[in-house]
Amino acid sequence: MLVIRCPWCSERDQTEFSYHGEAHIARPATPMDRTDEQWGDYLFFRSNTRGPHRERWLHAAGCRRWFNLLRDTATGRILAVYRPDEPPPAATAG
Amino acid sequence: MDGVTPILDACPVRRAAQTNRLAGGGGIDRSRPLDFRFDGRDYQGYAGDTLASALLANGVRLLGRSYKYGRPRGIVSAGPEEPGALVTLGSGAALEPNIRPTMVPLRQGLEAFAQLSPAGTGPDPLGWIADRFSRFLPPGFYYKTFSWPRRLWPLYERMLRKAASSAPVPEQRDANRYEHRYMHCDVLVVGGGPAGLAAALAAGRAGASVVLADENAELGGALIDEPDTPAGRAARAWVAAMVGELDSLPEVETLKRTSVVAFHDHNYLIAVEERGDSMVPPPAQRLLKIRAREVVLATGAVERPLVFPDNDRPGVMLAGAVRTYLNRYAVMPGQTMVVFTNNDTAYRTALEAAGAGARVTVVDIRPQPRGALVRRARAAGIGVLPGHAVTAVRGRRAVRGVEIRALADDGRGVGAAAMELPCSVVAMSGGWIPSVQLFSQSGGRLRFRPDVGAHVPGEPPTLNRSRPAGACNGSFTLSACVAEGLAAGQAAAGQAEAGVGSGAEIPHPPPPGTDDEEEPALFLPHVPGPLPGPLPGKSFVDLQSDVTVADIVLAEREGYGAVEHLKRYTALGMGADQGRTSALNGLAVLAGQRGVGIGALGHTTFRPNLKPVRFGAIAGPHLGPSFTPQRRTPMHPWHEANGAVFEDTGTWIRPFCFPNPGETAEQAVRREARAARTGVGLLDASTLGKIEVQGPDAEEFLDRMYVTTRRGLAVGRCRYGMMLNENGVVFDDGVTTRLAPDHFLLSTNSSGAARVLRWLEEWLQTEWPDLDVFCTCVTEQWANATLVGPLARDLLRQVTDIDLDPARFPFMSMRQGTVAGLPARVFRIAYSGDLSFEINVPARHGLALWESLVRAGETFGLTPYGTEAMHLLRAEKGFIVVGQDTDGTVTPVDLGQGVPAATARDFVGKRSLFRADMLRDDRKQLVGLLTADPSLVLPVGTHLTDTPRPVPPVPTLGFVTTGHFSPAVGRSIALALVAGGRGRLGETVTAYRRDGGPHPVTIVPPCFYDPDGERRHA
Repeated sequence: MLVIRCPWCSERDQTEFSYHGEAHIARPATPMDRTDEQWGDYLFFRSNTRGPHRERWLHAAGCRRWFNLLRDTATGRILAVYRPDEPPPAATAG
Repeated sequence: MDGVTPILDACPVRRAAQTNRLAGGGGIDRSRPLDFRFDGRDYQGYAGDTLASALLANGVRLLGRSYKYGRPRGIVSAGPEEPGALVTLGSGAALEPNIRPTMVPLRQGLEAFAQLSPAGTGPDPLGWIADRFSRFLPPGFYYKTFSWPRRLWPLYERMLRKAASSAPVPEQRDANRYEHRYMHCDVLVVGGGPAGLAAALAAGRAGASVVLADENAELGGALIDEPDTPAGRAARAWVAAMVGELDSLPEVETLKRTSVVAFHDHNYLIAVEERGDSMVPPPAQRLLKIRAREVVLATGAVERPLVFPDNDRPGVMLAGAVRTYLNRYAVMPGQTMVVFTNNDTAYRTALEAAGAGARVTVVDIRPQPRGALVRRARAAGIGVLPGHAVTAVRGRRAVRGVEIRALADDGRGVGAAAMELPCSVVAMSGGWIPSVQLFSQSGGRLRFRPDVGAHVPGEPPTLNRSRPAGACNGSFTLSACVAEGLAAGQAAAGQAEAGVGSGAEIPHPPPPGTDDEEEPALFLPHVPGPLPGPLPGKSFVDLQSDVTVADIVLAEREGYGAVEHLKRYTALGMGADQGRTSALNGLAVLAGQRGVGIGALGHTTFRPNLKPVRFGAIAGPHLGPSFTPQRRTPMHPWHEANGAVFEDTGTWIRPFCFPNPGETAEQAVRREARAARTGVGLLDASTLGKIEVQGPDAEEFLDRMYVTTRRGLAVGRCRYGMMLNENGVVFDDGVTTRLAPDHFLLSTNSSGAARVLRWLEEWLQTEWPDLDVFCTCVTEQWANATLVGPLARDLLRQVTDIDLDPARFPFMSMRQGTVAGLPARVFRIAYSGDLSFEINVPARHGLALWESLVRAGETFGLTPYGTEAMHLLRAEKGFIVVGQDTDGTVTPVDLGQGVPAATARDFVGKRSLFRADMLRDDRKQLVGLLTADPSLVLPVGTHLTDTPRPVPPVPTLGFVTTGHFSPAVGRSIALALVAGGRGRLGETVTAYRRDGGPHPVTIVPPCFYDPDGERRHA
């Protein structure tokens, strides 16, 4: 079970958080202009990265705020934590 | 356990003398005798005994029978690795199966039972047969033999399970209490032997917060097994000094009888602490959840059994365990002993047993053992047979003797000449197996060390921080253990960035005289036969799973030569002992068979948990009412006082109905529903989810979240809407009320408020942080009493100052004022389809409001109603419940809401409604159903088919989502999701009931009552 550093509450157990998938999936600005395939890409397709992965987490049993992790999915190592309004750090393997 | 026959042949007198107890010595307290029972017979031991040592002291050898062959089994070890004997403790609510007697401290009145094959005790005919005819029971036998015909497998399985020996299943609720404890420390030290003690003290002196956990009742590891000699006393004194100083350090906590069973990511470890030995009131166990910055693994090593014919007979024990029983418990397991070894350490057992008066012969596999201990043994007059092996064990229920042969041809065979040696105990030693399970779980890699003959820690983990020290690291001398422990403890304290102290000092010198120089061991996978043939008898590798050398050889021949395959095919290492003593021997046999080194095979995964953990410990205190939060509305006391029948709806406890005396629930529901249609009913709707959305961009935000626009909604007006997820699936529905230009109140499903709030927050925080909006859940701030029915206005008028004139307070609007003198928001929303007023007051006034309405309602025949009548009323109107009438596939279009205009504003989920599959007209759509028999109520989940006599496989048209008997309509009604249902109105299809066969039903629009919706405008 991971220890995750919430940007607002510092280090807490993973049980306080919930995982919300890959981060930085941009919602199309004008969805009705998208083809079914383009819309399907946005809805369903994710990168399934082995290695550094940017992902969204929610401090559900805490401050109830969303933030992002850069986490190495192969090792479980958390490489960076950043707020939604911060630029994503470079993805280097950990 | 009534009716269990004792398994002993001899009938000892009550409180039999402890025939195997030495006259003096040991760590037991002879002034405190303890009475206990095993298998219906009374015995006596002493404080300080374990159940195993007390049984051995009383000469009890046979503790159970093995699960596959029903072979007699006894105690093999003195510790947690026990593979031979599992017993059942207690009975009734205190029954605990599969307990290792080596880990149970003896207590007054303890009661234990042998675990036997079900054929019974004494002469076990089934087991006897299984044993004799075991060549017909190869690995995979059941699957090979009973696989055909397939439909009979359940029958075979029942038969076979009955024949397999196993523990009794507790039939009563566990009466023990369990607790959970969360711990945080700089350094967790696992294992309290010399390495662990040194590590804990080094870290503790450096100022780190330290937790030291040891499985045993006493700290010191192998040192407390030392004999009562000057060196042994020095060893115990050293342990006492170390423990004394640890106890004096405020930041060091020592936990005895605590097994660390799992090492998870980020140094999160699970341990089970044995608290009481018994029943309530103290917790029997605590489950510890430990987050440690650094972990020192000083988990030690277990002795490796030797593999030879009939090595499972009661009396064949590990040599180190014999030593433990001798020195710690003053028990001599047998007066004549054969020590069978491949290394020097077992000579200590020989020396000490001989010193205590036993007749000892050493059989050593090595052709020319010449180490210091060997020389001492010879000097003490102990017979040593080098280059020999035990090739047979005499005796069935207890060892009576052994057959010895000379090893030939570099250990590839044994000679033809055999000699017999009488003995009552075989003390065997095949070397030592470092306990590397936790290191492996931490992510560390293992490597095989041929000189140790076992796997040792290799590359350290990258994610977690674990440091092996001492015997688990393959370092077996005392001085090495202490040195490694010190180094690991200091490094861990430094890594943990704890305070800097005097950690550089060596705490205490190791005791002298216990590190005799040893010669290397000689490893044989198993004792071979006289070339070319095998020896008679079974050579067991795994006692718990009844896996023999022959089984492994056969499995390899059949293609299961990979370690993970072998494990699953033979069940090797799958017993409660997790293969602690057997996995390595299995690998050795397999490696020999395949002609490769053990290191080339790899090893099976050491999964958590290392030992069986009780469900009670995992559940801890989270039982019954503490399992999950229970929410009650402010009106709950009135409901209780007035005979409500309650139901759980999510976390809420709500009245299901309010039966009058003598009334059934069904009668009550019909009466309540009738009142709400013809007079006036009262519903506690406080559970309705309520979220306030406030801010300059609130209208814009809600416009993006709901299918129906919120723009243009006047202050004080309400609007229904559905919320979708991005896939276009209905996520929640409810009514939005505009409280002020920038202030809205959302209602959600009773169980959905938290989910909806999270959903709103997710979009606000991650997608549209530019919107200036705040969301607040106010569900529990407001109580809601809803008056429903034609008389609702007349009743409400008695208790409110709000103008109820329908022209000025129309349907779908909200007014503020007082009700029964309480500040209130009153909403004209009609979930029943009839005239209704939802009266919201601050939660603290909820009960007062309810009681006032009940009083005022006396002359109106006011009828409180529960959730069932509520559902019936809404079903009559075809109003859906999200999650009951919808699932994860249903869109608003499926529910008949119409396709939104493509060119209009965007909202979450809108685009998905236009995907090709979402527009198909054969999607499941919400419809009503009328049964041919008007009294027949269709259960939820009933499937619908096109034909009354279908041939499997049957395509389903859809299924019933809601079914009731409606008093207002005078017949059974149902809602259903039916493929292309709206295009099939008037058609008759077949409902397939689980019990009762096909029944014709007609598809109708999903509204059975007041289809034009006039009543709610009254």
